[in-house]
Amino acid sequence: MQTQTLGVNTTAYKMARYHSKTTVLQNDWDQVASAVWQRYPNPHSKHVLSEDVISRKVEDNKLHSFRLLTKTNHLPKWGERFLPSGTPRFASVVEESVVDPVAKTFTTFTWNLNFTRIMNVREKVVYSVSPENNGWTQVHREAWVSSSMYGFIRAIQHFGVDRYKKNSEKANLGLQLVLGRLFNKGQEVSSEQKPVEKKILLKEKAKVAKEAAIQVAQQKAQQKQGTLM
Amino acid sequence: MNSVGSECNDMKRDYDQCFNKWFSEKFLKGDRADEACTPLFKKYQSCVKKAMKEKDINVEDVERTILGTNSEPQKPPSAKPSSEESTSTSGTS
Repeated sequence: MQTQTLGVNTTAYKMARYHSKTTVLQNDWDQVASAVWQRYPNPHSKHVLSEDVISRKVEDNKLHSFRLLTKTNHLPKWGERFLPSGTPRFASVVEESVVDPVAKTFTTFTWNLNFTRIMNVREKVVYSVSPENNGWTQVHREAWVSSSMYGFIRAIQHFGVDRYKKNSEKANLGLQLVLGRLFNKGQEVSSEQKPVEKKILLKEKAKVAKEAAIQVAQQKAQQKQGTLM
Repeated sequence: MNSVGSECNDMKRDYDQCFNKWFSEKFLKGDRADEACTPLFKKYQSCVKKAMKEKDINVEDVERTILGTNSEPQKPPSAKPSSEESTSTSGTS
């Protein structure tokens, strides 16, 4: 029996749901690389509670870092049964990264340290020079979501991918805001903005307003239901 | 941004400031000597490692190299070209 259970878990772990998306930022790679380190806090990163550098070294002209992030970890109501009482209120997330200033690539690999049996989310992001315009930066995000909760794997993966998509959208928006703050000072009041940037800003403002409304609604709902983690 | 241990916040801020300046003004410009922020880093490190211990987070667990190793997950063969958004279920190892 033990062998059978082990077999199921291994298969479940291997059967990850995969998601990928590429976006383009209209800042050069050097600016984006600097902003990635400074992306927290931003108005879209409310779920990120802390950020620490655990180790860092330059090897073969590349900068290698390990960082520890803690994030809130809200699960849907049906997910509560998987958590023993007394589990920590936050998810610990590891971010390994390599910056290659010659090839101009910044690669991060992020994975959750706890709750891995319930849901394991691994993300690889590569920031590189856009092939369309060398003054722009391409952001390629890939994610693998898996679970070992036999019987709930599909549901958890579905929830995980959905949440991942929302969070990666927030990550892109947050990074754009930080880029604006660091390098495009006064952009929001400038009358010489390019139309495409204006459009993004308007969209951004609308999104912030919408999110604020959603947050209020969610807070109300959570107060009623009681929040998990 | 806050540290996992609130008592480390000031040390983290000082180190971050030093690092961000070094990263954009030295490292990206070709100067790879990395000792400029070491004293600040050491001070901050001893604080944060103590805070992690108190929160039961193991430092060795964090420093696991995945990138460039066999543990790095691969794109499933069924996924669409990388320029498109894609979601699929496939085996990874």
